[in-house]
Amino acid sequence: MTFQIELVSPESISYSGEAEMVVARTLDGGDIAFQPGHVPFIGVLAVWSVDVIRPDGDRDTIAVHQGFVQVVGTKVSILSDVSESADQIDVERARAAKSSAEAALAADKEDADAAGALARAELRLRVAGAEA
Amino acid sequence: MAGGRERVLRRRISSVQNTKKITRAMELIAATRVVKAQQRARAAKPYAEQITSVIENLAAGGAEVDHPLLRRAEKVERVGVVVISSDRGLAGPYNTTVIRAAERQVQNARSEGADYALIVIGKKARDYFRFRNFTIDSYTDGISDNPTYEDARRVAETVASMFTLGRVDRVELVYTEFMSIGSQKVTTRRFLPLESTETIAAVGGGEAAVSGSFEFEPSPEAVLAALLPRYVEARLFGALLESAASEHANRQRAMKAATDNAEELITKLSREMNRARQDSITTEIMEIVSGAEALGSDDETEDRPAAVGVEA
Repeated sequence: MTFQIELVSPESISYSGEAEMVVARTLDGGDIAFQPGHVPFIGVLAVWSVDVIRPDGDRDTIAVHQGFVQVVGTKVSILSDVSESADQIDVERARAAKSSAEAALAADKEDADAAGALARAELRLRVAGAEA
Repeated sequence: MAGGRERVLRRRISSVQNTKKITRAMELIAATRVVKAQQRARAAKPYAEQITSVIENLAAGGAEVDHPLLRRAEKVERVGVVVISSDRGLAGPYNTTVIRAAERQVQNARSEGADYALIVIGKKARDYFRFRNFTIDSYTDGISDNPTYEDARRVAETVASMFTLGRVDRVELVYTEFMSIGSQKVTTRRFLPLESTETIAAVGGGEAAVSGSFEFEPSPEAVLAALLPRYVEARLFGALLESAASEHANRQRAMKAATDNAEELITKLSREMNRARQDSITTEIMEIVSGAEALGSDDETEDRPAAVGVEA
């Protein structure tokens, strides 16, 4: 049994397809996996990846920089301002962003912007498969 | 001199022809951009619908929070007016109608005894209000003909922070709604405070869930608090996209009318020019004939006078 997954950004539908299972991470809630027949669910997503396990067993990993997930019936919708799949990620840029964020954090541990930037850069690198 | 008139007309025709070429080109460009803008507006619909649907489900789940964006002022002291106009003209009545509607909102605010704050998008509205000595609180340009979500977010943030800081107690959004290629309508919408979640849900637009009981994580309130700012952005983004499509549709129509008028003018002028040319030819022939006659009457006097004599 499969269900529909849709990744919706403000400008377009950036990903849509069938899935057997979807794994996401909610804000301070930890990882959560959805399978067909899940209870209706609405959650706020953390800066983390969303894994889509397709019916053919392959796995699509998408970096989602915050957003919402809504599960209704046989449909999972993920709303996010920014989401990227592995091939859309610029690894060099993410590396540069990571080191500059780390530098900023080293100077000021309370810098929330830098902490956010670091989290996003690390996520990008992880999704792109280039663990730094 | 008759030939001078002809020359003037010929010059005029070629200038009208050049204008026609320009308006025709603008018409064609606007036509393709309308289609693109329409597609973008359509592509942005799912997000807005999904957000509305989440809010609907939250409302059904009984989440009602005390969020700053829902704050309803007891007395409205300052009304914010967001007006979306274009940067460039030659778009027919597009800018004037939307600007006039915005000015009406300002007057409404004044008649309620409230102050106003103008949040202006597009050069045309800025020029209008600046010329008339209105105070402009916030101005953004360069986004109206091809708006991105980032642009919408920036403006929405400005407006939302004005509202949450209490600098304005109500915000009206004045923009041009795109109904179809042939019809666009200036619309004024309450932008802030947001309607309660129940009202958003009732107005709908999203697909309401069939099943009732939702699980929320972290909590319904937290979800709503994270969601409302996005909802504000999505609404402004939608309005920007519709305005862009309307702008291009209006420009296309205006330029089509201009091209048609130029064509008409060219026919009229070339008729006039032909008449002038004929007049001058006739005059010239007359001159030649009478000149020849004058010469001829000197040489052979029997010819004409004899004929005249026979007739008489």
